[in-house]
Amino acid sequence: MPQLQFREAIREAMQEEMRRDDRVFLMGEEVAEYDGAYKVSQGMLAEFGPKRIIDTPISELGFSGIGVGAAMNGLIPIVEFMTFNFSIVGVDQILNNAAKIRYMSGGQVNMPIIFRGPNAAAGQLGATHSVAYESFFSYFPGLKVIYASEPYDAKGLLKSAIRDGNPIIFMESEQMYGLKGEVPEEEYLIPIGKGKIKREGDDVTIVAHGKMLYVARQAAEQLAKDGIECEIIDPRTIKPFDIDLVIESVKKTNRVVLVDESHPFGGVASEVGFLIQRDAFDYLDAPVQRVTLPDVPAPFAKNLYDIWFPDTKQVIAAVKAVTYTN
Amino acid sequence: MTKTADTAFTPTGFVYKSTVLPEATKKDHKKLGLSNDDVIALFKEMYLQRRFEERAAQMYQKGKFGGFLHLYIGQEAISSATNYVLQPDDDIITAYRDHGLGLVRGISPKAGMAELFGKGAGCSNGKGGSMHFFNAEQHFWGGHGIVGAHIPVGAGMAFANKYLDNGRISISFFGDGAVDQGALHEALNLAQLWKLPAIFAVENNGYSMGTAVQRHTATDIYKRALAYDMKHAVINGMDLFSMIDSLQQISKDVRENSIPYFVEIRTYRYKGHSMSDPGNYRTKEELDEFKQIDPIERLKTYMLDKKIIKQDEIDAIMDDINAEVLEAVEFADSTDFPDPDTLYDHIFTGEQLIHDHKKTTFLD
Ligand SMILES: Cc1ncc(C[n+]2csc(CCOP(=O)(O)OP(=O)(O)O)c2C)c(N)n1
Ligand SMILES: [Mg+2]
Repeated sequence: MPQLQFREAIREAMQEEMRRDDRVFLMGEEVAEYDGAYKVSQGMLAEFGPKRIIDTPISELGFSGIGVGAAMNGLIPIVEFMTFNFSIVGVDQILNNAAKIRYMSGGQVNMPIIFRGPNAAAGQLGATHSVAYESFFSYFPGLKVIYASEPYDAKGLLKSAIRDGNPIIFMESEQMYGLKGEVPEEEYLIPIGKGKIKREGDDVTIVAHGKMLYVARQAAEQLAKDGIECEIIDPRTIKPFDIDLVIESVKKTNRVVLVDESHPFGGVASEVGFLIQRDAFDYLDAPVQRVTLPDVPAPFAKNLYDIWFPDTKQVIAAVKAVTYTN
Repeated sequence: MTKTADTAFTPTGFVYKSTVLPEATKKDHKKLGLSNDDVIALFKEMYLQRRFEERAAQMYQKGKFGGFLHLYIGQEAISSATNYVLQPDDDIITAYRDHGLGLVRGISPKAGMAELFGKGAGCSNGKGGSMHFFNAEQHFWGGHGIVGAHIPVGAGMAFANKYLDNGRISISFFGDGAVDQGALHEALNLAQLWKLPAIFAVENNGYSMGTAVQRHTATDIYKRALAYDMKHAVINGMDLFSMIDSLQQISKDVRENSIPYFVEIRTYRYKGHSMSDPGNYRTKEELDEFKQIDPIERLKTYMLDKKIIKQDEIDAIMDDINAEVLEAVEFADSTDFPDPDTLYDHIFTGEQLIHDHKKTTFLD
């Protein structure tokens, strides 16, 4: 199977869908002539031309709204944010218009639109450029939120998202764009809302999405040396959330650690933790634990950043807490 | 249909001349009220910014620090003129290309370099990095990373000045790219409606990242002011004396009459947008053309022509500044990282509220 970088997998998904459907177009800052700030859309201007690969000014509110209007009027926009930190400038269009217009019109209006781009921290970029927004967008009815962690998932999910016909937040990461993974040559789709077991194990269930998958994997490898076998579930989609897959695993392991790159208050882990205690209470041998960012904005200094960002050691400590080992 | 040649949205495929400079002022330094010593001091200030950033770039490439690094090189006449003309307690705010304005507003090379290195002795205690230089004591209000977001904030400083009736004015700097944000228009409208003593200063350096100004904004930038009936000017930002000349008149008007003013400063950045920019979107000829009129080199020539200073004195000044910057690099390299506990400082004034900390992070 060919090995593709994460960015290439996303590019292929967009290219294939654009070849298939003329209504699909891409717009965002530096996506065309610069070939993408992170080279995700490299070569797409050459293939599709300036009508369908559109450089925008730094006008997130304006072009998000143009995306919404275009979606209402028969097109399928892929709106790229240079990062989701900048989507906040345009967020009124996403939360009030993209997410609600179909409902308010009593179902008269369709809203097939993708908002995509890198999410969460990517090194020492400071407080405004380092926020994980998946739980924030998941709060709102009317949005589906996908945060893929591997090239295979990214491609299959993005293709499904483009065909889904609804407003979708699709999240990536600057720090994952270069990661390689196997992606089949033949076409495939991954259903939105289905998680995947990324590592099997009997002792503890770890739920981790986005970059946290990699932190969880490293922790699991080290823990295996101590005889603790972790099962890692990557939900891949934050909303709808595949809670059934998690509950099934918890019934086997009876212990669970949630690893979440969000801040703790109202983060993904708080919702998932609630569902687990309600639906699998009798199966739990220890309280559900979570490892999250602290309730602190991102610092710049390297040493502070390294403390701030969740790492393997913290995940191991949490696993030891739920297994009552030291 | 996969490719349609005839329909396009963003203009594409031109060869650009991104920035057209207006005429420079004909006034010499005496006419502008500058003493010989003022001119020398301005030269020092401009050269310090240049050397500071050249060294910063080297250190970045050596891997001494991470994050973004956006260089101001080429634009130093703007920061220096601003600091010269404005009162020391007038309020200055800018975007992430902030080292130049920070240095002229009292951030020492040591504190600036230490901030780049993410050290505790940095001008923002290592919390901000390159994009967030601050010196609030001397009314330098940062260093901001969300494009356009600080423009209303600058107007807000002017609001406070008018409210407090303290005679101060504010100046907000932002790039040509930021002109495309809605925040600009809301700020302009409010400032005119409320007659805020605020200068909105666009540093039009021809590009918003890799996008030439003609490809990202409709019509001339200064015309934004027309709809609000706001006074405006277009200034040659590659020329120190033109900057001083215009800002002297403008700041007086803004201060005395409590009105906003919109200025489009035409300038050029010599370096990439940030350190990872290959720069394929512009020609070497264009870059060279602007380097030919480098504000620092021209000021040097001017000082020699007018016999303000001798060559060996210039050399000595430059040597001193080089040494000062090297010392700053050594300091930044050797001084400590912030105390780990400071991660939890500066969130609130008073008690730091941190939700569910120990149990959720498993940090000891
Ligand atoms: C709201 C927002 N969108 C996008 C970005 C990413 N970005 C940072 S700088 C920049 C270009 C800005 O250009 P300009 O305003 O001309 O300033 P210059 O870099 O030329 O000084 C972009 C797109 C951002 N920081 N904030
Ligand atoms: Mg610019």
